[in-house]
Amino acid sequence: MKNTTWLNLLLILCLGLFLWWADGTLDGYKIRVLNLIAINIILALSLNLIYGFTGMFSLGHAGFMAIGAYVCSILIMTPAQKETQFILQEAYFWVQNSHAPFIVAVVLGGLTAALFGVLIGIPLLRLGDDYLGIATLGFAEIIRIVANNIPRVTNGALGFKGIPDHANLWWTYGWCVLTLFLIVRILNSNTGNVFKAIRDDETAAKAMGINIFKMKLLSFSFGAFCAGVGGALLASLVNTIDPKMFIFIQTFNILMIVVTGGLGSVTGSILAGIGITVMLEWLRFVENPITIGSWTMAGIPGMRMVVFSLLLILVILFRREGIMGMREITWAGIARFMKRGKA
Amino acid sequence: MSIILETTGLTMRFGGLAAVTDFSASIPKGSITGLIGPNGAGKTTCFNMITGFYRPTQGQVFFQGQELTGKSPHCVCRAGIARTFQNIRLFGHETALENVLIGAFVRQKTGWIQSVLMTPASRREENQLRDQAMELLDVVGLANIAQEKARSLPYGAQRRLEIARALATQPSFLLLDEPAAGMNPQESLELMDFIRTIRTRFDLTILLIEHDMKVVMGVCEHMWVLDYGLTIAEGCPEAIQSNPKVIEAYLGEEYVRHA
Repeated sequence: MKNTTWLNLLLILCLGLFLWWADGTLDGYKIRVLNLIAINIILALSLNLIYGFTGMFSLGHAGFMAIGAYVCSILIMTPAQKETQFILQEAYFWVQNSHAPFIVAVVLGGLTAALFGVLIGIPLLRLGDDYLGIATLGFAEIIRIVANNIPRVTNGALGFKGIPDHANLWWTYGWCVLTLFLIVRILNSNTGNVFKAIRDDETAAKAMGINIFKMKLLSFSFGAFCAGVGGALLASLVNTIDPKMFIFIQTFNILMIVVTGGLGSVTGSILAGIGITVMLEWLRFVENPITIGSWTMAGIPGMRMVVFSLLLILVILFRREGIMGMREITWAGIARFMKRGKA
Repeated sequence: MSIILETTGLTMRFGGLAAVTDFSASIPKGSITGLIGPNGAGKTTCFNMITGFYRPTQGQVFFQGQELTGKSPHCVCRAGIARTFQNIRLFGHETALENVLIGAFVRQKTGWIQSVLMTPASRREENQLRDQAMELLDVVGLANIAQEKARSLPYGAQRRLEIARALATQPSFLLLDEPAAGMNPQESLELMDFIRTIRTRFDLTILLIEHDMKVVMGVCEHMWVLDYGLTIAEGCPEAIQSNPKVIEAYLGEEYVRHA
């Protein structure tokens, strides 16, 4: 037990050293990609908790991200900044004058998302499987459309520009490690066993005295919290947000990471989070004009999403359980692997 | 002997079909009783009404003097009634040990916040639960395969694991739905001993549904016979065996000849 704690701390130290090195040497674009990796891992872990571990098919992640992003943006922009932004209609007094440090803003963004998670969870979590998916998808759309139509809070379709860029590598990876820690702690406790029990067999879980609804609500709102945090970090990272940013594609990307990594595998989500974020950037070359010999293909915007969707289809066809399935990479597993290598 | 569970006039109708009609039973504390009847007689429906999976159309369930009618399954379990399922329902992706731990969750005092914060109280309790779970696995003879995934266990082990999981909820009343299904005569014999053992060891009252007549007649002290939802007989095994109504409805002439 003690040993693995040390190894984990060592791993975090290595991550810290890497970030320190990256912060000093890499260019802005690469650092942006590194930041996105951390945020995508946070989002993937939270969706995996909801879908992979508790078995609730939720497509509402973009909605929770939007809530986190808007709450955080409103709080970290100074009143003076906000005055120049709200040109359609004047902001409400409380929107105009609320201001908070970055960490408070991110936590409040997460908490607001969690609150919405509870509010929509109460009516929706009684639904099963596909129905829940459709209903949560509807929720995310409602959030987006509401954001478009309350200009005195969200500045309508214009969104916010020039959001202070507090989110650097330290913040994003700090939150990423914290999220990972919280989720792993929950999953390793008996509460985590109960989540998995609900996923495996709801009827049996009921017979075991488990208040299914309460536990589902816990998992759902906890996932919503992390999604809100991810959205808040994203807002500060990209500096501009508007309702169009939180369309279904956003949820789809995260779902893709979770499914590719393996539903019910934390390490799978991390690996796929890194892999897919990098690929999404690297694949941008397919959107540029490509010349092969004498044949030239014009650049088609959105081509990388085609490639990606194909990739997802291939994953589903040939490795339905994802990279990791439900397995995890653990220190004990690595030790076993090393021993086998020696023998 | 005091009555631990009492049902009065339990009736369950699904639309026009009366699955169970007017089922009244008083079960003495510490007894092993049986519920038998041909297929589709309404035995499992009775179980589902007692454990809160179905809300009875009519009638009431009293457990230790407290009314349980219409309570949700998790409240019923919390009150001290545990059950197993006719078609085994384990948490397949979890290990045998985790399955038992999940059963113990209902009695766990420290919540998820304490586990996240790694408070000493939570760590102590989780360790304690783990020890108790291992003990239970030992009782059902599965301690050596505690780390195996439940769905990879052989059939008999799955049945026993389901009982261990039910025991982990610390029940005072245990409902077993066809515990001997799919077992060979030798295994059934062992099962009878096992049922008696856990009754004494965990101070239980047991109600079981069973098709295997050897098991029912061997282990039950009292039984109810259902046919088409109606209670057609009740009494001790000997009385049931010689009851003409039961013979006609369920045991059949063949059984009488062999017995």
